[in-house]
Amino acid sequence: MNLSYYPGCTLKTKAKNLEDSALASMSALGVNLVELPRWNCCGTVYSLADDDLVHHLASIRSLIRVKEEGNNKVVTLCSFCYNTLKRANLLMKNDPEKRDTINSFMGEEEDYKGEVDVVHLLEILRDEIGWEGITEKIKLPLQGLKLAPYYGRTLLRPGEIAIDQPESPTILHQLLEALGATVVDFPAATQCCGSYQVVSNPDNVLECAWNILSSAQRRGAEAVVTSCPLCDYNLSQRQEELGQRYSQFRAMPILYFTQLLALSLGLGPEVCRFDLNYVDPRPLLESKKLI
Amino acid sequence: MSKKEAKGAAVETAPKVVEKLIPVYAMGRRYEVPEGLTIMKAMEYAGFKYIRGCGCRGGICGACSTVYRKPGDYHLYVGLACQTVVEPDMYLAQIPFYPANRAGYKLEELEPAPEEIFKLYPEVFRCVACNSCTKVCPMDVQVMDVIAAIKRGDIAKAATLSFDCIQCGLCASRCMGELPQYHIAQLARRLYGSKIVPRADHLSEAVEAVSEGKYNKMLQELMGMSIEDLKILYQEREIEPEIAGEDWQPAEKNYL
Repeated sequence: MNLSYYPGCTLKTKAKNLEDSALASMSALGVNLVELPRWNCCGTVYSLADDDLVHHLASIRSLIRVKEEGNNKVVTLCSFCYNTLKRANLLMKNDPEKRDTINSFMGEEEDYKGEVDVVHLLEILRDEIGWEGITEKIKLPLQGLKLAPYYGRTLLRPGEIAIDQPESPTILHQLLEALGATVVDFPAATQCCGSYQVVSNPDNVLECAWNILSSAQRRGAEAVVTSCPLCDYNLSQRQEELGQRYSQFRAMPILYFTQLLALSLGLGPEVCRFDLNYVDPRPLLESKKLI
Repeated sequence: MSKKEAKGAAVETAPKVVEKLIPVYAMGRRYEVPEGLTIMKAMEYAGFKYIRGCGCRGGICGACSTVYRKPGDYHLYVGLACQTVVEPDMYLAQIPFYPANRAGYKLEELEPAPEEIFKLYPEVFRCVACNSCTKVCPMDVQVMDVIAAIKRGDIAKAATLSFDCIQCGLCASRCMGELPQYHIAQLARRLYGSKIVPRADHLSEAVEAVSEGKYNKMLQELMGMSIEDLKILYQEREIEPEIAGEDWQPAEKNYL
């Protein structure tokens, strides 16, 4: 199966571990993620100002590229890109007035009406391959690994773009169970990591990280699993500082779900690029005899 | 009828070359210029003198960016004044210089990493993909895609996509994010050319051979020859046949 794939800028720079492990895993599952020949940065954040249409252009252009490829579906990996593209698409689908203004501005492009379906890779795993389909191909079950599935906000809010129940999602739980891990449910799984506030309010973001990580640790998790490069950054980059502030804090690896998928499919640690994780997960994985 | 009269009549019936004049508006004022001229020649015909914003007159140097509009059409058109032919009722203006931001750097001190470009040109992240840059580019460079490539750290792609850039600066003149796309792309090409593409081994070998004096004797012999002998040598030189295999070699192999 070939699917149009929108990587996003971060996957090409800081989050190569997310992209490499995803492409290898999907290929092992019989899905070819075909990167769009032309795409723009999604714009990172969906602009909420009612009269600010210009910041939707980047997303919409990339969706037009999907259509030009003859496809009506595009897969994203980064939660933030998913959120931004999906909402821009909904705008084009549901708001005829803004759609006309945007189409008229982009005179050089074909008119766009929101025809492309924006999906996250987790949805492909659940809906196209299925948990059983994944379990069949597992070569190295993640036995004994206690993982906290962390969703954050961008896959679930606003509700109209959620990939699962916004308040009580299970999609990541189900994937990790399929991989043979011990899933640790924790109350902060859908709390915000602080997002881009890390630029202007780094202190608040540190508190967000503390709330999320300590919640996972209290439930016995050994690592937190995410699909978002920004969540990864906020949760892992300043763990040393957290240790200084809270004596009970223990450093804890943050892993992309695709790294765990690749590992359990038996693709080896090389494609997982654990060297790029801010908190090295290798000692933990070695202790569980997974690498 | 005398011979002289006949000749005169013949002259009168010969087709007279009449230049058709068309109206154009240069900097807001109406002029009549011969049709078929380029914008640059039309401006000069009208009495303007180019002291800046004019270079090679061959569509290569990018100095003569021009912006114009046609009657009944809100679109702003751009081009190179030395290449674009005037049309009736065109509104013409020159952009001899555009004060776009150009960062200072020492290339030899830079790493071939995207972060170096981000540091020197943080405005790259102000791009909203409006595509105005691509639309104005007289060289058909996909300028917006160049910027997109830089944002995702792909210096090689940015360098390759912007290869045809002639640094005219029209992209910057239309950018709502105030990016100097042409300077940013030039930095990408510099980093790519000097630090990313592999070095050509044969080139450094050839340079070494030159410095070691491999060709000195031959050059001195040539310098000692008379013009006549040089001409003979030139005319009788061995030329590679038009259809030659990859293994073709000249008879004289001393300097290969």
